[in-house]
Amino acid sequence: MQVHNFEKIWLGAALLLIVGFIATIAYGTVGAGVQMVDDSGGEIDSQAVQNGDTGTTFDDPGVVRQNDSHYVVYVVAQQFQFSPGTGDNPIRVPADTRVTFRVTSADVIHGFSIVETNVNTMVIPGQVSEVTARFDESGTYGLVCHEYCGAAHHEMGGSIEVVPKSEYEHNSTEVQN
Amino acid sequence: MVFVDSYPQTSKLVRSQFIVSFVALGIGALFGIIQALHRTGVFRGLISSADYYTILTGHGVLLALVFTTFFIAGLFSWAVTNTLERELPQRVAWGAFWLMLVGTVLATVAILGGVMGAPSILGQDLSADVLFTFYAPMQAHPMFYVGAALLIVGSWFAGLAYFKSLWAWRSENPDERIPLQTFMVLTTMLMWYISTIGVAVEVVALLIPWSLGLISQVDPLLTRTLFWYFGHPVVYFWLMPAYLVWYTILPKLAGGRLFSDPLARVVFVLFLLLSTPVGFHHQYVDPGIPEGFKAIAMTNTMFLLLPSLLTAFTVVASVEHGARQRGATGYVSWLRELPWDKPAFTGCMLAGLMFAAGGFSGMINAGMNINYLVHNTLWVPGHFHLTVGTAFALTAMAISYWLVPQLTGKKLRRRSVAVAQPYVWFIGMALMSNAMHRAGLAGIPRRTAEPTYDEFAFQGIAGSVGEMRLQIAIGGTLLFVGAAMFLLVMAETWLAHRGGTLSVNGHIPEPLSGADHSPRVLDNYKLWTAIALVLIVIAYGPPLASMVADGITAPGSPPIPV
Repeated sequence: MQVHNFEKIWLGAALLLIVGFIATIAYGTVGAGVQMVDDSGGEIDSQAVQNGDTGTTFDDPGVVRQNDSHYVVYVVAQQFQFSPGTGDNPIRVPADTRVTFRVTSADVIHGFSIVETNVNTMVIPGQVSEVTARFDESGTYGLVCHEYCGAAHHEMGGSIEVVPKSEYEHNSTEVQN
Repeated sequence: MVFVDSYPQTSKLVRSQFIVSFVALGIGALFGIIQALHRTGVFRGLISSADYYTILTGHGVLLALVFTTFFIAGLFSWAVTNTLERELPQRVAWGAFWLMLVGTVLATVAILGGVMGAPSILGQDLSADVLFTFYAPMQAHPMFYVGAALLIVGSWFAGLAYFKSLWAWRSENPDERIPLQTFMVLTTMLMWYISTIGVAVEVVALLIPWSLGLISQVDPLLTRTLFWYFGHPVVYFWLMPAYLVWYTILPKLAGGRLFSDPLARVVFVLFLLLSTPVGFHHQYVDPGIPEGFKAIAMTNTMFLLLPSLLTAFTVVASVEHGARQRGATGYVSWLRELPWDKPAFTGCMLAGLMFAAGGFSGMINAGMNINYLVHNTLWVPGHFHLTVGTAFALTAMAISYWLVPQLTGKKLRRRSVAVAQPYVWFIGMALMSNAMHRAGLAGIPRRTAEPTYDEFAFQGIAGSVGEMRLQIAIGGTLLFVGAAMFLLVMAETWLAHRGGTLSVNGHIPEPLSGADHSPRVLDNYKLWTAIALVLIVIAYGPPLASMVADGITAPGSPPIPV
């Protein structure tokens, strides 16, 4: 088969580009430690989530303090709200701390995306999505359901309130009372 | 001889396929402008925000499935007939057409039924607000799934007609190479057969019985995975016909010939091998799928860039050769010597240019980790309106200016409208798509009637949110005008009387490096299909096995009508 010289050079450059892309992603995983959403969250019965009898924290979702440096947030997504998250029930977490979101659905497929951050996962009935993040800056972050979930899908949003670590300890005790 | 006189039966078939395709384009485009104006808040008087999703479902299904599939069936019918020089087997080909049409009508009635206030059928309200991806457990009326299945099965029979034509030709020409256009058609159809198995199993074995109440639950992750097994190769089912046009017809329109037949065959074989084992790149942020399987799909996806990068070289080289045949000189100034006043040429070139931009945003999507930033944001429709919405759609419209005269024997009418139309589409898409990409970076989601929330406000990226909305509304309006201009030209051409001689013909010049330079192994369909299946088993075998290990319908969800 006859291949023109220019075409050989082009082919070589194209392969280099492809290998380069794969290398950056491999570096992101191994070097920078970017983790993918995967099967670590496990499975769950979506009907039980709907009825509130899973026997897990999803029956009373919210922020759970593991220790000073790690908080776990349980969120149930259902038509058309996040619990907690939507309306006057924002998710409150401390800044500069490891926060793991565990999100599941009580009905259809939803999305869970914190605007302008890397926190972005599908929420699929029967599965638990697990994403770990650290918010460097305090402030209010937008929360969006980014998968069509029914006639009022566009109303399904919410917010994350990230408060400075020092203020958080105080308030979280109050919440626990 | 004009095609319509040489092959009157196949001409009639192709005309019928194109008419269905163009009607779908018209309705889909109307739904498009309604959405563009509603979503951006420019005009919300026509529909409610709840009905937005019906219109969005119609837009996706009519354009991405009906407009494309019928146009491709027509283009392929023409290409196989033109290069094998024989009429298609009519019974199979027409049977396929009617199956596809009945499927289309059923699905469309199910989608629009809700808005029209149709009566309930089979004890369920007629409605299918489930969008183009119909993710379970959101449930549509059974008629929607049956219609989708018939459209797919019909396309299988359309492919059978091409293969029967090849076998008949082969018995008369035992030693000849398969002509390039026919080779491209058959390679695309093999890829289509392999990839549609996923959606066929999903719809026929799971969603239809589930929507009829015969089984009580389905596993949303499994059905979603089967959809995306099909959902990425379908992208190449749209793209490969555009490549057929760019490789075989565009060089001729530029006044030259294809650079290399062997590399064209290599590119199509690569698509057959790599189009399917990549679907998990649509599920990078799905729970329940181990990271390793996502990484395999990512690697395959990156290598799938290769055939498109090779195409960029070959198409530009062929067009440049054409320009030099017309006397052009210089490194860049040869571009001026090209026939920019031919609507077919201009449309294909602008479509190719936008595809380059779409290719780059696609590389971002393929990047497993950077995808976190853009997944399910407006970036994604910004991307695929450049690919299926321009690389395919604009090429289809452009080549119709060249093909429809040959299918009807009638000269193209409203030529000046046709000459301007690709530019209108290009400008409209440039406005809409750049704004959609930037809105995606700002975190604004796709698939929503009103992208504003009580709890917070989005911040614009390189511009304000208001400016992006305005560009999307203006761009969407121009695209609607572009579609209307195309349909006007087609309607007037179609309704005109025959007379005079055509200025176009279907003769395809021999490539610079011809089929005799292509290794014969490239035409060995059995070998390539076998390798493609092995790659699919590697990419999909273990994850599908683990999903069905706990029962095919578990963890299950009951249907939730919308």
